Amino acid sequence: MSDLNKLTIAEARDALRKGETTSVALTEACLAAIDGADALGAFAHKTPELALERAKAADARVAAGDAPDMCGIPVGIKDLFCTEGVPSQAASKILEGFLPQYESTVSGQLKDAGAVMLGKLNMDEFAMGSSNETSVYGNAVNPWKAGNGDDLLTPGGSSGGSASAVAADLCLAATGTDTGGSIRQPAAFTGTVGLKPTYGRCSRWGIVAFASSLDQAGPMTKTVRDAAIMGRAMMGHDPKDSTSADLAVPDFEAMLTGDIRGKVIGIPKEYRMDGMPEEIEKLWHQGAEMLKDAGAEIRDISLPHTKYALPTYYVIAPAEASSNLARYDGVRFGHRAKLAQGDGITEMYEKTRAEGFGPEVKRRVMVGTYVLSAGFYDAYYNRARKVRALIKKDFDDVFAAGVDSILTPATPSAAFELGKEVSDPVEMYLNDVFTVTVNLAGLPGVAVPTGLDRQGLPLGLQLIGRPWEEGDLLNTAYALENAAQFVAKPAKWW
Amino acid sequence: MSIDIETAARVAKLARIKVEEEDLPALAGEFNAILGFIEQLQELNVDDVEPMTSVTPMRLKRREDVVTDGNQQAKVLANAPDAREGFFAVPKVVE
Repeated sequence: MSDLNKLTIAEARDALRKGETTSVALTEACLAAIDGADALGAFAHKTPELALERAKAADARVAAGDAPDMCGIPVGIKDLFCTEGVPSQAASKILEGFLPQYESTVSGQLKDAGAVMLGKLNMDEFAMGSSNETSVYGNAVNPWKAGNGDDLLTPGGSSGGSASAVAADLCLAATGTDTGGSIRQPAAFTGTVGLKPTYGRCSRWGIVAFASSLDQAGPMTKTVRDAAIMGRAMMGHDPKDSTSADLAVPDFEAMLTGDIRGKVIGIPKEYRMDGMPEEIEKLWHQGAEMLKDAGAEIRDISLPHTKYALPTYYVIAPAEASSNLARYDGVRFGHRAKLAQGDGITEMYEKTRAEGFGPEVKRRVMVGTYVLSAGFYDAYYNRARKVRALIKKDFDDVFAAGVDSILTPATPSAAFELGKEVSDPVEMYLNDVFTVTVNLAGLPGVAVPTGLDRQGLPLGLQLIGRPWEEGDLLNTAYALENAAQFVAKPAKWW
Repeated sequence: MSIDIETAARVAKLARIKVEEEDLPALAGEFNAILGFIEQLQELNVDDVEPMTSVTPMRLKRREDVVTDGNQQAKVLANAPDAREGFFAVPKVVE
């Protein structure tokens, strides 16, 4: 078999079980692709020896007939996941040299299922960003280019390395995390599938925390079927995460019938934004038509508090970040600044954090500190928590009225140029305008590649589902994928 | 609401992040842009709304109050920038 790195998880699994290939062969194909793709900046830490060792063990399991779906599948792991003995630094200078003494629950579940880790993937520092430009490792680059242009484009963020690696076939799939859109926006920018599960589905234990009430891990894959397979392997109850849901995880793949007759798909009018490119509007309309042709009922709905989602997010996420990132103080792990004669412990904290955090992380930690400070807590933080309750109620109401899932654009534009000067941080935040509501309401959401813009760049649509109903959501995504027939791949230039 | 340089300096201090004097005006400007954006939340009437505490209604699980882990001093100290005699070492805190 040629081009083993281009296989989907499902294809590789079936080939492994039939004895048509081995995990070692799959892994070697990916490792070669990775070594030839340094220009993409996707892999921040490569672990080829560990990968081959795990591939051999996986082959033994396949031979013994003890092979779960993910057994022998080479994957990339976002740098946000702590992986035992392998650098895990959340793309931050402050965690330089940090070697976790433990494995995160999610990466551990994948490991136990026999998945082969190829290395750690680039991302925005502490997952704060929408373009993968805040990373200490440098930018991750989108394998797609616009038309005949030479400009390097962003793969999106924060899971930019994951999206780039999957789109460029450096791995069969990757893990991502999503706090405001960090799985779905990069997936949409790279023509891949990204699933953010319901809050509580994937354990957060061992994942470097950004905003704990919003963070959720999920799969980034080439197809909806792969998202179903890998998602199932990543989810499940974990006593080590107090917000982990004690619910059974169904066999999502078995639920992919493509039959969505009678399902009600909501189209929220508030997602029609001023200045939205016509192509995205058109794609959204086409997506609705595709689902209608597949037998679904399309219903106009209203989510009245949508416009308050981004400002709510930019209170809650920085507030939680300022609290979570207090642990980076130069005492127990990571970077410590060199101190001058006479410096005390406060100078050590201040210098360590000034040197270790990048500008966007500092900005968010300080905004969070401000909104939580005495005198402002009620005006900002508590108010944001109340608005968050209203945003969630918007969704509760439409689901109670019989809507099964909601169709929206995934992003307000296609992938944009790297290095475009962004003077106003708020402008960058607008990237998450369609995705952030889902995190605030704790819902599952999936980005599905649906078309190309006139420059040949991928565009995605987002489907939002009811809590805990990832199976139904993925089945609707599967129907959309079948209808859209998105098969384009980026032309190799790297 | 507008953030002046003094407030920016105070927030930096609270966050334990050293910001050089000459960088404070730019920082205050960025805060103002972000807070201006957040200001929209004041438009809404939220008088009778309970602030969200948990996005999925669930009761936190309880567990037995027992030791579940321990005896891992070497692992705990493995990543410390400065560890001595089984402790994390920091600059002198008490005179």
